[in-house]
Amino acid sequence: MSSEVISSGHSACAGCGEIMGERMVLEAIGKDVIVCQATGCMEVTTTPYPKTTFKVPWVHVTFENAASVASGVVEADRKLGGDATVLAIGGDGGMMDIGFRALSGALERGHDILVVITDNEAYMNTGIQRSSGTPKYASTTTTPAGKVIPGKLQWKKNIARIAVAHGAPYVATASVGFPQDLAAKVKKAKSIRGPKLIHLFTPCPVGWGFDSSKTVYYAKKAVETGLWPLYEVEHGKLKIDQKPSFAPVEEYFKGQKRYKHLTPELIAEIEKHVKDRWAELEKQEAAGINLQLLP
Amino acid sequence: MVKKIEEGSHAVADVVRLLNPGVLAMYPITPSTHIPERLSEFEANGELGGKIIRVESEFSAISAVVGASARGIRAYTATSSQGLALMHEVLFAASGMRLPIVITVANRALSAPLNIFNDWQDSISERDSGWLQFYGEDSQEVVDLMIQAYKIAEDKRVLLPTMVCMDGFFLTHTYDVIDVPEDLKGFVPDYKPEHAFLDPKKPMTQGAWAMQEPYFKLRKELEEAQRSIFPVIKEVHDDFAKVFGRSYGDGLIEVYGEGDNAVVTMGSFSTNLKVLADKLGFQVIRIRCYRPFPDKELAAALKGKESVAVFEKDVSYGTGHGAVYNDVRTVYNGKMVNFIVGLGGLDVPVSALEKMYKQVPEMKDAETRWQI
Amino acid sequence: MVGGIIKDVGNISSNKTGSWRTFRPVVDKNKCIGCGTCKMFCPDVAIEIVDGKAIIDYDHCKGCLICKSVCPVGAISSEEEAK
Repeated sequence: MSSEVISSGHSACAGCGEIMGERMVLEAIGKDVIVCQATGCMEVTTTPYPKTTFKVPWVHVTFENAASVASGVVEADRKLGGDATVLAIGGDGGMMDIGFRALSGALERGHDILVVITDNEAYMNTGIQRSSGTPKYASTTTTPAGKVIPGKLQWKKNIARIAVAHGAPYVATASVGFPQDLAAKVKKAKSIRGPKLIHLFTPCPVGWGFDSSKTVYYAKKAVETGLWPLYEVEHGKLKIDQKPSFAPVEEYFKGQKRYKHLTPELIAEIEKHVKDRWAELEKQEAAGINLQLLP
Repeated sequence: MVKKIEEGSHAVADVVRLLNPGVLAMYPITPSTHIPERLSEFEANGELGGKIIRVESEFSAISAVVGASARGIRAYTATSSQGLALMHEVLFAASGMRLPIVITVANRALSAPLNIFNDWQDSISERDSGWLQFYGEDSQEVVDLMIQAYKIAEDKRVLLPTMVCMDGFFLTHTYDVIDVPEDLKGFVPDYKPEHAFLDPKKPMTQGAWAMQEPYFKLRKELEEAQRSIFPVIKEVHDDFAKVFGRSYGDGLIEVYGEGDNAVVTMGSFSTNLKVLADKLGFQVIRIRCYRPFPDKELAAALKGKESVAVFEKDVSYGTGHGAVYNDVRTVYNGKMVNFIVGLGGLDVPVSALEKMYKQVPEMKDAETRWQI
Repeated sequence: MVGGIIKDVGNISSNKTGSWRTFRPVVDKNKCIGCGTCKMFCPDVAIEIVDGKAIIDYDHCKGCLICKSVCPVGAISSEEEAK
């Protein structure tokens, strides 16, 4: 079977949230698209020469340059009279770490591209190593929870706000647990000229250590606990799309091996961080200020 | 045709404008910077057909150019030294993807220590990247090479990315009498790719990954492509000569003068060697096309020589020689010596060349001597 | 094979990833309301809604059982694959 944009037979792991997200994004865009893919799971599971999952134009060059490749593709496309949605898509490593310079450059230059970060919070393709998208206290193979160090020690990089600071006209967060919200955001992004960025939460059963049937459960739970806020920033104005029920964050951690070492103290610290972030988010939304203009 | 006294970089910009790439990615690095500056002036005055993307790094310059070419349009960038080194990873992708990009390399030394002046270490270090490499002797030849490079690269028998190399400062920043054609007389047809174009109407996948066997076959195919295109390079060179009235040897190598002893070299200081050759009576064989390596032509030219001296501005570290020497060695078994000269922009005047060349009789086969 | 370009798009469907499965989702057609929730979330593009009922493509379904977990009416159960 196949959808309009990708076909079955790819080798993404059972329960993969990333291929789920990439398909949702592509289905929301439609066939008039050119995909510029960063190296990662979504490249190696989809295009083992001479086979391909993709039914839309797709190009991969290297790990760190999807946004730069998209810059060239979109300018060439417009020169040739095209009007395709040019999608630069990559994971947290490909966009927030190694491809960060390329992403920043493309956003700053203002190309008419859509950037989607399929964030599964670690380098999954190489075997679950820490990235700047890895959340605090998550255990990865390079930040293993041990007797002295409880996993990663830094908070997650706030890439959506960094995109806003570039003056991108449309920035949103989304989760594969909420496909209608994601589709609406992709369609809105498509309708806006200039650089757009969607930071998409895509759980990884293998990397996070949960049962493959639970991908959507965790994609929803992260939102419900307030850990993954769903919001949009259109021309600098923040709008919260879904107020969470603020279920205890423990509900989200439960069942994920990467968090099994968490103590009540660490959980309390994260809980407080969630509350503080939400207080800031709500303050900014209520103030109606243009976040692009913040110093 | 109008000859103008013009800076080498500006002449390159002039001819790039005529070649009309649809996308040009630009990042400043000495000594290539005058090329994007002049192209930017063209754009600002409405005289440039293509779109310039002012990227945030050379890595993105080559990446944007790869993207543009993958979309199916002619693309261009220029760089030097650290910039070319930063592009390294994408160079291999571009050749593996068979995208006929052309870039100008203003040759410059590589750090450390940091040095902005001319040698060939930057492009020589990319000799195994699968790109074609041409080296011009003067700015006129570089202009002519730019025209030929696009025609060669985009030929359906070729489809390989190409570097046109010009010595930094010696050519990029010096003024010369240069004939930049006013139009290309249809010599380089519009680029209409049949193999690689990202078009929603005809979807394709570019840049797939490959397991051992298909990977091996695709890489072998790349080498076979390089080795099969000597006739195309000669044909384009000869056609160019008919249309524009200038020729350079057989397009692959240029043989200057006569003699039982030969000097092999590339680039702008060939001119100094030619001056010396007139005095001392050796033959100068200038490699114009370094990749693919014209082994048959060189073997024929060097056959029966009493000695061969290779002068070059690069080092193949750990081999005891420069890279050009090592390549020429594969086609010549007689007495052959190597001079490493001009690193970091060290001037190589005729007098220095003469001192070195006069040491050839006392040197042992395979011996390397350094200019200082 | 110039440049490793693939023009036969979507041809990966010849890979029968159904062999990965250890558990098989089974749709109870009497309960299925054809809402398409399972199809929307299926990472393997292995579910179609035909005549108002979910049909699973067992050639490609890897058995993640997301469909079972998201079905709003409990119409999907699972069985261990026969050895």
